[in-house]
This record gives sequence, C-alpha cells and structure tokens, in this order.
Amino acid sequence: MDFALTEEQQLFSDALRKMLEAEYSQSQRAAALDSDNGYSDAVWQQMAEMGLMALPFPEAAGGLGGTASDTMVAAIEFGRSLSVEPFLASVVLGGGAVRLAGSAEQHESLLTGVIAGERKLAAAFLEPQARHDLGDVETTAEAAGDGYSLSGRKAVVLGGDCADTFIVSAKTGEGISLFSVDAGAPGLDVRGYKLVDGRGAAELELGGVAVSADALIGKDGGALPVIEHVCDLAASALCAEAIGAIEMINEMTLEYLKTRQQFGRPIGSFQALQHRAVDLFLEYEHAKSLVFVAAMSADSADAAARGRAVSAAKSYIGTRGREVAKEAVQLHGGIGVTGEYQLGDYVKRVLVADMLFGDADHHLERFGRISASSPAGASVWAQ
Amino acid sequence: MDLAFTPEEDAFRAEVRAFLDAELPRDIADKMHKAKRLTKDDCYRWQNALYHRGWVSPLWPVEYGGTGWTPVQHQIFDEECFAAGAPRVIPFGINLVGPVIIQFGSDYLKERFLKPMQSGEEFWCQGFSEPGSGSDLASLKTKAVLEGDHYVVNGQKTWTTLGHFADWIFLLVRTDTEAKQQMGISMLLVDLASEGVEMRPIVTMDGDHHVNEVFLDNVKVPAAHLVGEENKGWDYAKFLLVNERMGIASVGQSKSELELLKDVARLERKNGRPLIEDPLYQAKLSRLEIDLMALEYTNLRMLTSKGGKASVGALSSYLKIRGSELQQTIMELTMEAVGPYAAPWVPQANDADWNGMPVGPEYASASTSRFLDRRKTTIYGGSNEIQKNIIAKHILNL
Ligand SMILES: Cc1cc2nc3c(=O)[nH]c(=O)nc-3n(C[C@H](O)[C@H](O)[C@H](O)COP(=O)(O)OP(=O)(O)OC[C@H]3O[C@@H](n4cnc5c(N)ncnc54)[C@H](O)[C@@H]3O)c2cc1C
Repeated sequence: MDFALTEEQQLFSDALRKMLEAEYSQSQRAAALDSDNGYSDAVWQQMAEMGLMALPFPEAAGGLGGTASDTMVAAIEFGRSLSVEPFLASVVLGGGAVRLAGSAEQHESLLTGVIAGERKLAAAFLEPQARHDLGDVETTAEAAGDGYSLSGRKAVVLGGDCADTFIVSAKTGEGISLFSVDAGAPGLDVRGYKLVDGRGAAELELGGVAVSADALIGKDGGALPVIEHVCDLAASALCAEAIGAIEMINEMTLEYLKTRQQFGRPIGSFQALQHRAVDLFLEYEHAKSLVFVAAMSADSADAAARGRAVSAAKSYIGTRGREVAKEAVQLHGGIGVTGEYQLGDYVKRVLVADMLFGDADHHLERFGRISASSPAGASVWAQ
Repeated sequence: MDLAFTPEEDAFRAEVRAFLDAELPRDIADKMHKAKRLTKDDCYRWQNALYHRGWVSPLWPVEYGGTGWTPVQHQIFDEECFAAGAPRVIPFGINLVGPVIIQFGSDYLKERFLKPMQSGEEFWCQGFSEPGSGSDLASLKTKAVLEGDHYVVNGQKTWTTLGHFADWIFLLVRTDTEAKQQMGISMLLVDLASEGVEMRPIVTMDGDHHVNEVFLDNVKVPAAHLVGEENKGWDYAKFLLVNERMGIASVGQSKSELELLKDVARLERKNGRPLIEDPLYQAKLSRLEIDLMALEYTNLRMLTSKGGKASVGALSSYLKIRGSELQQTIMELTMEAVGPYAAPWVPQANDADWNGMPVGPEYASASTSRFLDRRKTTIYGGSNEIQKNIIAKHILNL
C-alpha cells in the first residue's frame, strides 16, 4: 500500500508541467484552439518527444510499458494546463483498444504511428440512442466479400474531428466486435465539432463502409469486455484531468479570497466564505484519493474490482467536482462568470469530465450493482 | 504507487485475526454487533486482553509500550478489530491523557499512572468542557489554587463521557486569573473518589446514560498531580485534541458498521425485492460507501505521505469532519432501512440481559436511538464548525 508517486513519475510530472507552463499560456492556448487542427501541433510534437504517446504500450510494440498510474500523472497535468491535445482519444482510447485486443501485426501497423505522434486514433463506441450504455450497439458489420460492411451512427467521438483511424464497435452475427476504419474510407461521414471544454469530437455516419477482414480487432463478438476496460481506463484518466482542473480552481479561488477587498477587508475574512472554501479543499482531497485508487485499479483484469474503483472515482468527481466548480464561481462573484477569466475554462473541463464515459448517475448505479452483489457479510444479521 | 498489501502486511493481518479469534470474548463481540450496551467489566476484559498481548497502546512510543506499527498496520489492526466486534478501547486514558503524560508529565506521573491505564485497572474521563465553555474552551472557569502541597479545586465540568466508569479525571483548570485566557490554564489529574467530587448523570435523547456533570467543591489534589508546568495546560490540551480528532475519523468502525448495514439492507424487502436492490435506497447506500472509501484512502494517503505539506493537525481536522459525518449517515441509513420498525421505542432492548420480546427484527430496535446518539459526533472533539475555522486559519491562511 503506497500512495506516493515514484521518483520517475515525479520527474516526469515536473518535466511535463514545465513544458506546458512554457507552451500553454492562456493566449497560446487560445491560438491553438483557433488553428486548423484545433490544438497545438508544437505541443503535440513535444509530447511525442517526451515519450508520452509511448507511455501505456508494451515494450514489444515500441512502448514504455507504463501503467494507468503513469497515465494519471500525465493527465493531472493536462487538467491543470487545460491541454486540448487528443492524448486521451488517441493513446488511452483508440490505442487502448488496439493494445488490449489487437494482434502483434495490428500493434505494429497501428501503434507505431501513434507512438511517433503521427497517427491519431479515436474510439467510436457510443451511439446517439445509447446514452452511456456501451452494450447498446446498433451499428452493424455484415460480411461482405472477404471483409465487412459497416453501417450505423456513432456519437460524440472524442478526438474524432482529427483522427486518422477510428476503432469502431459494431455488431456481427457473433455479437459486438471492434474494427479499425480509416477516416478517409468511402461511405464514412465525419462531422467534426468542438466540445464545451474546447476539445475536438465528431459524429460519425457509416453508410456501408467496406473494411477488410484484418480490420477486425480481437475476437469476433468478444469486444464488450475490452470496450468496458478501455472506457474504465479513459474514465480514470478523465478523472485525473478533472483533479488537475479542480486543483487550479481551488488555487484561483483561494487567491481571490485573499486579495479581493470588500467592506474594507479581504472577503476571505468572512466566516461564511471561509467554511465554503474549506469544503472545496476537503472535497479535493477526498476526490484525489479516489482518483489515485481508480488509477491503481484501472489496469486490473478483474472487472468487478476495477469497476468498483473507477465508478467510485467517476461518480464522486461527477457530483462533487461540479459542486466545487459551482461554488468557486459563486465565491468569485461577477468576475467568475466572465469569459476572459480562466476560471470558466476550468469549470467547463470539470463539466465535460462528467459527461463522457458514464456520468455520475451511471457510475453510481454501476458501483451499487457491484456492491450489492458482493457476498453477504459475516455479520450477526446475515447468520 | 501500489494498492496491494505487502506480504508482511498480509501476515500481520493474519496475526491480528488469530489473536481476535482466540482472545476476543464472544459475548462482547455479540453485544457490539447487536448494538447492546457494554458494562464496565466488558470494557475491562477486552482492554486487559489487549494489554497482555502488548497491543493496548499501539500509538505510544515503543519504550512505553507502543508497537511501532506503520500507518497501514494501524489501519489493518483497527479494521480487523471492528470487523470482529471488538469494542473501541475507551479513549480518554490510552489515546488522550496517556500521550500527554508521556510527553509532558513528570517521572512520578509516568510511574504512577501509565501501567494501570494500560491494563484497564484504572479508567479515565475527560474534564474539559464546562456549562459556559464549550467551543470557547479557553474561557473555562473551574479554579485551582495552590495551598501548600496541594491544589484546591472549585467549579463544574460537564458532558463527561463515561465518567461513571472512570476512576480518574483529567481536568483543565484556571490557575492564573490575571493572565490572558490561554496562559492561565493548567492540567490536573484528579481521583474521582476525592472528597468534594460529585457526579450526576445526564440522560441524552437516545434515552441512555453516556455523559455526566461533575461538580467540584473544595477538592484537594496533590500538587504532584499537576501535568508538566503550571499555566501550560493549554499547550497540552492542544496536543491532546489533535489525537482526539484522529480517533474520531473512525474508519475501521465505520467500515464494519457499513457491512452490518448492508446485511440489514439485504434482509429488508421493498416491492418484493431485497432493499439493497432498490434503486433509490441503493443510490444512497452507494454514495455512503464511496464517501467512506474516499475517507479511508485519504486517511492512508495523508498518513503515508512523507514530508507532505499537510501537518498532522490539519489532516486530523479534515478527517474529523468527514469521518464524523459518515458515522452519522450510517445510522441514518440504518434507521431508514428498517422502515416502520424504526418507530417503536424499546430502550430496554439495548440491554443485553433484557429477556423481553423485541418489536420487529432484532436489528431494528436500536436503530433510531443510535441515529439520535450519533448527532454528537459532529459536536464533540471540537465541533465541525470549529474544525473549519482551524483549517481556514492554519491551512488556507485565510
Ligand atoms: C455526547 C457528548 C460527549 C462529550 N464528551 C465530552 C467529554 O468527555 N469531555 C469533555 O470535556 N467534553 C465533552 N463533550 C463536550 C464537547 O466537547 C462540546 O459539546 C463541544 O466542544 C461544543 O461545545 P458546546 O456544546 O458548548 O457548544 P457551543 O460551543 O455553544 O456551540 C454551539 C454551536 O455554535 C457553533 N459555534 C460555536 N463557536 C463557533 C465559532 N467560533 N464559529 C462557528 N460556529 C461556532 C458550534 O459549532 C455549535 O454548532 C461532549 C459533548 C457531547 C455532546
């Protein structure tokens, strides 16, 4: 039982923070959002050079063999700096699916480019009717020639606006399966847009997109457990980003309470506000502990243990993180609602963290299901 | 970063379990699980068993009978004890005044008091609060005047938990009425059998007798029973209150109570299904369980972080706030779980010797009185509002 970052993780975190502080000021970020890509190419390249894109992949595939805790360390910095680069989409989601289910050839053909920062992946799992249910897949993959023909719609595909290759879930006769689909494939319509927090995403429409047999990733009909695991990894990373954002929200709010003067004294001298400020930090500490536990569990193949930890963190961040965000705006008064003041960007990041990969209710329900099905205790009442 | 326990930690857990299996009296565990009242003898038997194993005062310095465990070992010990139904060792001696005597007391006080405190031959209670001095403890008025080789004490203490089990009380008294409030306070160790001490029960709204008023009328206390130096009592009290707040987080206790609650929710039924599967109830239960996980790991994360910025005092305030709230929520959800059978008022059922017929399931009988009793957790040990004042001032520097 050990909650400290390893020395390596600490060094990595420091280096990443330094790079982002230098390259990602509010104005630099605004310029990146306005660019064609919608993110900073320069930062993306530096991330690749630092080895970030290689982090979770096995050494045999040219990766660093890192853990979900390593991803967490990086994601906290993405949250603190409000990075909109498609790391989560390409490395954790798309890359995660290929890593967990793909063959050695697919590792070679898909991950090599990801690691170099040249190929961007995106995972197209959810559909407009599915809300947060990963198993609700209406997209079909019908056998056609010696490959498949894919038809259906995919919703809010993170990083879908700029992806080179999509990892798409679709139903074959065997059940839910995963396919790699090139962004330029005939019959694939990609409608890109920005999310509330500035990141890119897309709606996909697949109208009989033809893929070859070797586009199938993993077992035909056996993809749901993989998809669930990948989304747990993504949820864990998203929670870590949110913790980074909350860290900044709290720092900004505390600073403001100390400097803003009203009635001839700092507003932080009013007890009514002091107690609310304490609540922000109390929630942060407890949320952070759950984020650590989620990260330390997210690589586990034990779906119940992993789901319990990830869902605990995700539902906690979803509800309490949003509370912190709302309170921080209130404690700032009017300045808190202005678009120019960066608090709003952090608030948006926290909001989006709840919307993707299962919201607070979804994860509360999942946690409850896992918890209720645990065996009865050895208590006197159970005997 | 690693969530797994080490092989040494697993072995330690097994050792604690074996000890509990062999030494925890079954009747006591049964009372604990069923929320029955414990007698003084129950408390003594368990504490004495711990004493003989060398585990009664794990947090003390090793040379005084501490165990030198890591924070993780403490947590394991705590969890296993509560899961097995071991009562909490009455904290006033072992957790509160014991460490103060070790840190600040004379050799005579250590010699005289530590052993019987550990063995359970002498129980202690805490005489800090007064009718006019609660949160503003430093305003206390109970007065001690040095006359030759003893102090003469006059005044009143209140809310004295388990004073009726105790042999000794540690008092905060005013020894200098001229100095600034905090600078005129001393700590005295007083034999409750002394002439002029009168203890009266206060019945709380759960119908039980946990707390007392203590009246002190010209009580003679040997000067040698002063802890440390005169007028330094406030420093000792602050040292002690940090330890008190740590105990109040009660992670191990809450985890074991949550398991009991979940079993109740499996037995109770709603719409023909176990209550634990009811979406509304399950959501509340899950929120509680997640909050408790967060508390557990925050506790561990902060205790194990080396050179972390949160000082122990700060940490204890966070843990006190959330820990005390969760202790309350557990009883609130237990009361809700038992439905209409939370309504019958049968206080006798808390008595292990009572032979009457419970109204409704046995686990229902104490649920409302325990909900009522738990209101205290956010009030005592420095109320949660006071904890927030402390954090705002000392951690956030507001
Ligand atoms: C069951 C029980 C057992 C106890 N056992 C013991 C014991 O064994 N020994 C002992 O010495 N004491 C004991 N106490 C006393 C306990 O420490 C006090 O009750 C506590 O310090 C609060 O004091 P008070 O009750 O006078 O409330 P008050 O101080 O009068 O507070 C009333 C309300 O005002 C709030 N408040 C007060 N000051 C402030 C402030 N500055 N800012 C914001 N809010 C404030 C409080 O939080 C509370 O909500 C016990 C209390 C209870 C209920």
